[in-house]
Amino acid sequence: MSILIDQDTKVICQGFTGKQGTFHSEQALAYGTRLVGGVTPGKGGQSHLDLPVFDTVHDAVAATGAEATMIYVPAPFAADAILEAADAGIGVIVCITEGIPVQDMLKVKAALAAYDARLIGPNCPGVITPGGCKIGIMPGAIHQPGRVGVVSRSGTLTYEAVYQTTRLGLGQSTCVGIGGDPVHGMDFVDCLALFEQDPQTEGVVLVGEIGGTDEERAAQYVRDHMRKPVVAYIAGVTAPPGKRMGHAGAIVSGGKGTADEKYAALEAAGVATVRSPAEIGARMAELLH
Amino acid sequence: MHLHEFQAKTLFADYGIPVPAGQTVDSAAAAPQAAKSLSGARWVVKAQVHAGGRGKGGGVKVVSDPSAAEEAAAAMLGRRLVTPQTGAGGLPVERVLIEAASDIERELYLGALVDRARERIVFMASAAGGMDIEQVAAETPDKILTVAADPAAGLQPYQCRRIGFGLGLTGGQVKTLTGIMLALYRLFTEQDASLVEINPLIVTAGGELLALDAKINLDDNAEFRHPARTELHDVSQEDPTEHAAAAHGLNYVTLDGDIACMVNGAGLAMATMDLIKLHGGEPANFLDVGGGTTAERVAEAFKLILADTKVRAILVNIFGGIVRCDLIAGGIVAAAQQVGIGVPVVVRLEGTNVEQGRAILENSGLTITSAEDLTDAARKVVAAAKQNL
Repeated sequence: MSILIDQDTKVICQGFTGKQGTFHSEQALAYGTRLVGGVTPGKGGQSHLDLPVFDTVHDAVAATGAEATMIYVPAPFAADAILEAADAGIGVIVCITEGIPVQDMLKVKAALAAYDARLIGPNCPGVITPGGCKIGIMPGAIHQPGRVGVVSRSGTLTYEAVYQTTRLGLGQSTCVGIGGDPVHGMDFVDCLALFEQDPQTEGVVLVGEIGGTDEERAAQYVRDHMRKPVVAYIAGVTAPPGKRMGHAGAIVSGGKGTADEKYAALEAAGVATVRSPAEIGARMAELLH
Repeated sequence: MHLHEFQAKTLFADYGIPVPAGQTVDSAAAAPQAAKSLSGARWVVKAQVHAGGRGKGGGVKVVSDPSAAEEAAAAMLGRRLVTPQTGAGGLPVERVLIEAASDIERELYLGALVDRARERIVFMASAAGGMDIEQVAAETPDKILTVAADPAAGLQPYQCRRIGFGLGLTGGQVKTLTGIMLALYRLFTEQDASLVEINPLIVTAGGELLALDAKINLDDNAEFRHPARTELHDVSQEDPTEHAAAAHGLNYVTLDGDIACMVNGAGLAMATMDLIKLHGGEPANFLDVGGGTTAERVAEAFKLILADTKVRAILVNIFGGIVRCDLIAGGIVAAAQQVGIGVPVVVRLEGTNVEQGRAILENSGLTITSAEDLTDAARKVVAAAKQNL
């Protein structure tokens, strides 16, 4: 079944005719994603990659029935793009953009409460249901349709987990990159809940990092609501306090949000953890057999 | 981006938040005149550095005559101030702030930040001012009063009154505090701040409220809409390697160890540091080269790494997704030839065209060891560092 997206999901691209939008739309099409068009204000009526370009997301949805969007729009305009998509009735909004001001995201999250839309990201690699639909910058070739759900705050570290589970023949049901920003859309709990309900998903890999309390909330959720096995890996055990480690949300501030605390919370909740990123796949395989 | 106390106080003054009368000087000789221009008979000389705990390091001195102000300034200026928050190397003092001293009746704490869990701008206040707020939060959390601003309505006066009466202020002082908090909220939102702290916010002997210290951190992601900000940026307060890295679009954090790493992706970079430690080594840095792993970028990254003379070995860990491993390997070889690396390099590549990438490294003629997987890479680089001591 997978979660959020599948081979039938109709997808549009916001920022369609820009460099990033074009490249990743080509990649999506090559993967078999059902891309039905895109939006670049002012270029409505044109054709791009043999698909229609629209001036607004409303126009795109009216013409194509699009259900999901991938946003490749620069940071100063990305909050606006997210809200435009929600207002147009798009159900799954994947925002790849890094560098959105945090106060913009506060406003976006508050405004999104009025809509049914699910936001994934920003500052994320996207979502992929292997064999069906790829919305994001992840390399499709390392994925394989299968039974492990993956939810992660990271990009390339997620690919490590994916690659390991592919090599072990487990494959992935859906991989969700929730992104590295402090204020963002779907969190670990939101994805775990969907994975628990998904018949195709038999186990979940959770990749976290320093900063915030998302992993701690996930630990409680697993303890209280999940039967399927979960393996967690947390990056940043050696990160110094007070320093932003690449991701805007990867910072130990006020002594809170350390990797050790997250491991402790997960282990206290009975979640299987690994201390080396090289062991993620193997541990998942163990739990599934 | 961090602001100095004197910059934060200028911003406070722009927003009508009361601050002591003060002047900044960059030479000790200018201190007496600055002191005389300020009213009163006592002054405080404060070193301007991007770190707290200055009092403990001798960075805050109270003086009773202008020549003593000059002495105090001379002792601070041109030196590196070490505080519990700066690390052993301290930070350079290029300016001191001279302020008219205040009679302190009470010390309060007032701060605002983005609470990521609540997705709100949150104000915190406490009657335990002048102390480390993290300590207060750890020991007596019930002493901290919190209100969260609604994103649509903004911070409301009733929320400020709750804080004010909660702190035991008089009716008139509560009105003043309300004005201060509303001004702070405007500053926070208009300037795209990520943290603002007044510690301490004092009640003077005369019953007035005054921001005795000021700390402001600004959201780096909002730089594009605050062009005037660049003037406030004090590079002298930053780690030079981290600053140089940022100029090249690289994310770099200095650590204490001797095994450097170069990785594409922040999460994978943190995982690589952790992996090194797990296998008995000490990471020297965090370095995310980002998405475009070209020869130029890799060369810049090698140069930054090698500027740290403690480095005994380098681990390059690249997961090539859309960027192909053979291109990455070519970039690494070209960079290594350009830079001339004198320490062992272990490269672990994975992803698209990985076999071709590994072949390029093997045949390069350089002292580059290829690793099979993450564990192999960590073991090899830790061993290489030990042999290279």
